[in-house]
Amino acid sequence: MSFINYSSREINCKIVYYGPGLCGKTTNLQYVYAKTAPEAKGKMISLATETERTLFFDFLPLSLGEIRGFKTRFHLYTVPGQVFYDASRKLILKGVDGVVFVADSQIERMEANLESVENLRVNLAEQGYDLNRIPYVVQYNKRDLPNIATVEELHRLINPRSVPEYQAVAPTGVGVFDTLKAVAKLVLTELKRGG
Amino acid sequence: MNPGLVMYEEEFRQISGICDRLTRDANAKVVFLVDKNGQLIAATGQAQNLDTTSLASLTAGNVAAMGGLAKLIGEKEFPNQFHEGERESLHMSIVAGRVVLVVIFDAKSSLGLVRLRVKKAGEELGRIFEHLAKKQAMPGAQSPFAEITDDDIDNLFSG
Repeated sequence: MSFINYSSREINCKIVYYGPGLCGKTTNLQYVYAKTAPEAKGKMISLATETERTLFFDFLPLSLGEIRGFKTRFHLYTVPGQVFYDASRKLILKGVDGVVFVADSQIERMEANLESVENLRVNLAEQGYDLNRIPYVVQYNKRDLPNIATVEELHRLINPRSVPEYQAVAPTGVGVFDTLKAVAKLVLTELKRGG
Repeated sequence: MNPGLVMYEEEFRQISGICDRLTRDANAKVVFLVDKNGQLIAATGQAQNLDTTSLASLTAGNVAAMGGLAKLIGEKEFPNQFHEGERESLHMSIVAGRVVLVVIFDAKSSLGLVRLRVKKAGEELGRIFEHLAKKQAMPGAQSPFAEITDDDIDNLFSG
């Protein structure tokens, strides 16, 4: 849910990175954080376990520039991917403006991907959102690993709606900013429509 | 989908005024107001040395988590929370069901005083947010972004 502040001439939007455990959601945010100029970013917060698995969420505030005199700020969040953290995932989706689904391209993670997309659909619906209507992009991550599914197969299984999709290798940044730009653009387009 | 929160100049001034007064009346160090989704609305007092963006996000996360816990035990929510630190303490209360009023205070104040002042300020803030919600729902209150063009959006990403 966007927040438009006429007083400070700011618009704030919330983007959530969703996906199965260890698919690279946090790595996406870490890369964005590392490659963004200091004046355009705030502190990155990671609420993680001792073994660096996301416990509640990661948070990264970003400024993208101005549109018609309004500063546009995006708050990026990740959810904890592990199945048993479902209660936390629901909370983080509250007030979301756009979603990135990060899929793990490895063949053995296909079932986990599908389970996570379905979980996203159900959890969004609980908050009154429809996955078929919300600004949404898909990222096929870990394209550098050997045992991966083809993009065609991933598309057929994960992205039947044919939303914008990107191949990525998050640790080296391949596809990371393309994904972010695409979802940010969709969110702003939705705002323009008055969504 | 719920419409987003829109803040106008006039209401922002009123809200900042109430938060300013609360800072003084409660002998608080900082008072800030956060939307339940983690967006900072106002910050008063000695807020300049604080990372208010992170504070806002973590406040919302905390309130959301406590709200989830409340539901598990059959409560609607926990409208007030208090966290006591060695030197500084933190009081959070939910206003009008959608924003969180946060007061940070030290030994110069007390929980009793903070609770008393927060109650009054919360009522005043609640009325403003109700008014804002009505204003937003009025016919003709179109999206302020309706006039931006696809080019405006593209330009943002061309750099």
